[in-house]
Parts: sequence; structure tokens; C-alpha cells
Amino acid sequence: MTPAVSALRVRGLTKRFDRLAVDALDLTVRSGEFYALVGPNGAGKTTTLRMVAGLARPDAGTVEVFGIDALRDPVAAKQMMAWVSDEPMIYDKLTPLEYLEFVAGLWAVDPAVAEPSARRLLTSLGLEPHLHERCEGFSKGMRQKVALAGALVHDPRLIILDEPLTGLDAVSARHVKGLLTDRVHAGCTVIMTTHILEVAERMADRIGVIAKGRLVAEGTLAELRQQNGHTDTSLEDLFIALVDTEAAAA
Amino acid sequence: MSSTAELSWFARHELRLAWREWLAMMTGGRRGRKRRVIIGLIMFAAILHLPAWAVIGRFAGLEPPLDKSSLIVITAVLLLAWALMLSQAIESVTRVFYARADLDLIMSSPVPLSNVFSIRIAAIALSVTAMALLLSTPFVDVLVIGGGIRWLSAFGVVIAIGLSAAAVAIAVTVLLFRLIGPRRTRLVAQIVAAIIGAGFVIALQIAAILSYGTMSRFAVLTSDAAAGFAPDPDSLLWWPARAALGDGEALLLLLAGGLTLLGMVMAIFSPRFADTVVSAAAHAVPSQQGMRTKTFRAGSRQQALRWKEFLLLRRDPWLVSQTLMQLLYLVPPALMLWRSFSDSRLAIVLITPVIVMAAGQLAGGLAWLTISGEDAADLVATAPLPPARVIRAKIEVVLIAIGAVFAPLVIALVFASVLQTAVTAAGVAIAAVSATAIQLWFRVQARRSQFRRRQTSSRLATFAEAFSSIGWAATSALALSIPLAAVVSGLMTAAILAATWKISPRRG
Repeated sequence: MTPAVSALRVRGLTKRFDRLAVDALDLTVRSGEFYALVGPNGAGKTTTLRMVAGLARPDAGTVEVFGIDALRDPVAAKQMMAWVSDEPMIYDKLTPLEYLEFVAGLWAVDPAVAEPSARRLLTSLGLEPHLHERCEGFSKGMRQKVALAGALVHDPRLIILDEPLTGLDAVSARHVKGLLTDRVHAGCTVIMTTHILEVAERMADRIGVIAKGRLVAEGTLAELRQQNGHTDTSLEDLFIALVDTEAAAA
Repeated sequence: MSSTAELSWFARHELRLAWREWLAMMTGGRRGRKRRVIIGLIMFAAILHLPAWAVIGRFAGLEPPLDKSSLIVITAVLLLAWALMLSQAIESVTRVFYARADLDLIMSSPVPLSNVFSIRIAAIALSVTAMALLLSTPFVDVLVIGGGIRWLSAFGVVIAIGLSAAAVAIAVTVLLFRLIGPRRTRLVAQIVAAIIGAGFVIALQIAAILSYGTMSRFAVLTSDAAAGFAPDPDSLLWWPARAALGDGEALLLLLAGGLTLLGMVMAIFSPRFADTVVSAAAHAVPSQQGMRTKTFRAGSRQQALRWKEFLLLRRDPWLVSQTLMQLLYLVPPALMLWRSFSDSRLAIVLITPVIVMAAGQLAGGLAWLTISGEDAADLVATAPLPPARVIRAKIEVVLIAIGAVFAPLVIALVFASVLQTAVTAAGVAIAAVSATAIQLWFRVQARRSQFRRRQTSSRLATFAEAFSSIGWAATSALALSIPLAAVVSGLMTAAILAATWKISPRRG
């Protein structure tokens, strides 16, 4: 039996700025999994994901996306990925539909497929009345939804999201969460960083806790509880215990 | 806090903000540069005394009573300075309306808004006047050294026209708001500011070309016809000129007039200023309609990039106003072209460097917007196409846009001379490619809205771009008149480019 290819396989990933941001990190995310990466501010979550998405060059280590060496063949790896940052970067002077047309063009999606998909996505995110309005007047939440629709329009196999729920109201957050869950059910892999531990607890198949650039714990919520000798505690309590232990060890 | 204390506290706050913004503009936001900037400014001011001496040194000995021609020239120079200040002031006022950074805080504070905006209007007047005083100092120095301390009164004239320019700018901008609404005011104010800044010079040039077949503005000002139209020497129109020459009474009246005008504008517009700002803030991000895309376009990834760039360039208000400006500057040489069909064949050569220079400058701006000003940098960086192809698509957009703007002008030259057409076309292409290459070597990641501050990120790139455009413009002109000198000029410009590449952070 051949082993299933991981959606993401990171080995010895290292990045140093003024200080060590990511410290020889090993991480594996299975195909079709919803993986949440949590950790305190400055733990190295965003840097890790930026290196995976090809936005930053690691000092050392390897990154494989569905078996493709993302450092050696970034174009092939990027074809399967989508990246959404916490600060939605879209074009003020384009409408949501024009923005999605551009993204679909970049990923060379057949227009006959891309257009209905774009309209469907924007509608499901509640942006139908604004399809032809330029994004310059949009609130942060609306911009985040446009960016998310852009990430989904080319039907990626791996979606990487950095704090995607920042600035979203409860209804929008529920829309986004629903959309991501649907994608996972359809076989897509989602990796997400979040500070909202409740979201990680409720949505993620597995959770990775990162501190000082290293993965300090990983598993399902039940596994994390077991690893730390608690049977009935919230992720928040576990997270604080893990981070405190790590700080004390340092 | 008493009302007076409140006002002075807010005035100090505004001055501190204005000072820091100016400092950030000069230093590019880097703390370590402050000393170097001060030394650079002192050196610049010292060097500026040389051209100042060359331009107005001969007027230092002027003594009242002046003849009409001298009065016309001095008044025209003051009017030009006033137009430039007005242009700068309109830009400042528009920035105040649309910059929301601290407006929410100020407007939600329990301070009377009319007081707050009076101070803000005064701060605009002060910054415009201070900048004008700084720039005029070398010129006034030259006049004082050559003609005595009576010329010190010219500083007073600069203050008076600075105050009046700020007052008129506020009135014009608020009126624009009332007439065309906040949505359009931003773009229209930019265009109005640019046209006012350059319009006076261009109008004089056009008059000179039509009347005397020369591009010299002084030909009009010192002509008998102008003297014939001008009022008598004791007219009110000459008071600014008389004040500059040391007439104390005229200076005091001018200063009083400037202050009164500003005071009136503050009294009339301060209460409305708040309404206007609220209105601008509410409409600062208008829900403009984009194109109603019927179907998504098919094409390659590079085509998608080029389509996006063209769409963004077309919707860029700065670019629209700058392109209009470039075209406006080309009106005098175009008129010269028209006249030269029947007159001097040599004068038409002047058109080539103007077109080449304009192409270089516009290409530099376009290249910054497309290459550095990428609002969705993460999206483009995570797209499945190599960075070299992204850059290539963006360069193609710049060159196609330059081609589209300048092709009609170059083609029109065929009617004058085929050789000149070829030289101009080559000059436009080389100047555009050079400016684009410089922007590529010095590219940074920035938002398009930071365009106004692009020069501060690399002064070297700014100077290199200017020298390259001037160099290729001179080379094109020389190629048509002294071909051997063109070879030297071309080699010098190429050497500047090579040196720029050598010291650029991103070679290749």
C-alpha cells in the first residue's frame, strides 16, 4: 500500500530576522484536513505560512506541497495553493467581479468555469449587491470576503489562511467558516492561524501549538488534552499551560 | 482649559504634525538621515544662489520709479509665485479634507470645531508661506546683496501672497465641493492645482509663440504691446512690485490685505469646513461603478496581468491629471510646430527634446505605479507564474501606454521631417526604457496611494530618472542639430545609467 501524499510536509524550516523567527520546524498536514496553527504573538505562525506560500525564502529546510518541492518548483506548488492574509490586499479601483476575473486569469482558470464560480462565491459571501462597485468603499470585513472569494475562485487543493476572521462580524464569520468547512468536506486542505481558540477547537481536525518558532504540541483536541494530562479542559486552558511551560523552559 | 489655551495648544499640535510630516518627506522616514538632510538643504540653498544670481542679479539695481516694462516683469514673477503657492495650497486643503487619520478623533472631541478648523486653515497658510519663504530666500539674498536692504521687504511680499494664496485655495476648494460634490472634487482639485501651477507659464509661452514666434515668456512681458495695455505706474496693480522694492506703505497694505483675506475666509469657511470635511469623509470612498463585466476574458496569465494594470492606470486620478499636465506642457511646442511650417525650420527642433523629456518623466511615474505600487503584492507573489514574467508584463504595460500617448505626436512630426520623426521616436523609446529600468532597479513594495512620496524612498532613483530624461532629451535635440555632440551627450547619459545600475540595490 502506498502512503497517502501529505498536503504539506515541512522539514527543518528555519528563518532568522533580527532573532530566530522559525526554528527548524517540522510540520505535516494531511490531505483533506482542517489544520489550525495557534500560538502567542510573535511565535512564528505567519512567518511559517509565508514561507510555505512562497512569500518568504527560508534560511534552511524543505517545503513540500502535495509531494512537490515548493522551493525548487514554486510555480507548480503555487498552482495548487491559495493564500489569504489577515490584511486583505485587494485593488481599490477594481470591483469584486473584476478582482476575481483577474485572479482566475492568473491561475489560468477557464473563463467559462471561473465566471459562474466567481458569482456563486460572491453571492454566498453576501456580496451580490456590490458585484459592480469598486472595492475602495468597502469595509474591512467586505474586503476580507473579496480576498477570500479570490482565494477560492481557482479551486485550490490547499488553502492557507492567516487570521481570516479578523474584522469580520458574526454573520460574516459564520459565512466564512461555513465556506471553509464545505471546502474541507469536498476534499480540500485548509491550514489556518487564529487567535480565536474557540474556532480552532470547533473547526479544526488537528491543532498545532507553536511557540518561539517551534511546534510544542500537536494533535486533535483529545490528544492535546491527553498529552497534557487533562481530560476535561478547554483549548484556551491547554494553550496557556503549554505556552507558560515553554516560557518557563526558556 | 480656556479657549485661548485650547487654541494655542491645538496650534502647537498642528505645527508639530506639519514639521514631522515635512521631516518625514525629506528623510524618507529614516531617523538617521536628519543631519544629512539639514546639511543637504543648506548646500542646496547655497548652490541655489548661483542660478538666482544669473536670473535676477541684474534687477538688483532697480530703483523706483520704475518704467512699465520693469513693473510688468516683477508683477508677472510675483503672479507666477502666487499661482504656484495657490496650486500647493489647493493640494494641502484637499489633503486635509480627505485625510481621515485624525479627523474622527478631532471631531469626536469636545472642542468647538470652528476653532479647530480655524487653526487648521492657519496651519495650511503657514506651511505654504514657510515653503515659499524658504525657496525665495536665495533670490531675495541676491537682491539684498546687489541692491541693498530695501529688498528685504520682498520677504514681506512673499508672506502676503502666501496668506492670500491659502485663503483663495480654501475658498476655491470649498466651492468645488459645493458645485461638483466631494466625489469629483478630489480629482478636479488635483487637475485645477496642476493647471494653475503651470497654466500661467504656458499661457505666456503660447502668447509669445503666437505673437513673436519664440518660446521666451519675456518676449511678451517686455513688449511694447504689453506696456500699451498696462495701467499707469501709480495703479493699485503695481503695489506688490512697489512693495517688493521697499515701498513700506505698499508693503503694509499688502500684508494687511493678505491677513484680512485669510481672516475673512477663516470666519466664513471655518464653520462650513467641518461640514465639508464630514461630507468628504462620508464620500471619501465613493461607491463608483466598475465595468459591468459580461463574461470573463480568456487569455494567458500575462494577459490577465496586463489587463489589470491597464484598468488600474485608467482609473488612477493622479495619472489622469499628470497625463493631462504632460499634454498641456506639449501645447506650446505643438503651437511652435504649427507656426514653424511657414517660418523658421530650426525652431521646430525644440519640439523633440520636450516630447522626449515628457516621455521619460511619464514613463518613470507609470513604471513606479505598475512595478512598485502593487496593492495586492501577496496575491501576485503567490500566483503560479515566475516573477520575471510578472515584471515583463508590467514593463510591457508601461511601454504600450507611453506608445499610445506619444505616437500621435511623433507621427504628426512626419509632416515636418522624417529624420526628426525617427530621432524623436528613438528618443521617446530610449527615455521611456531608461526611466522604467531605473524604477525596476530601485523597486520597493508600496501601495499606489503612496505615489506622492515615491521620491523619498530613493532620492538617487529620482535624480537618476531626471538626469536620464534630461540627458536623452538633450541627445535627441543635438542629434538633429550637432550630431557629433549627440554622441558625446548620449554616451554621458548612458554612463549615468550604468553608474545608477551599479549602485542600485537590485541589479538586473
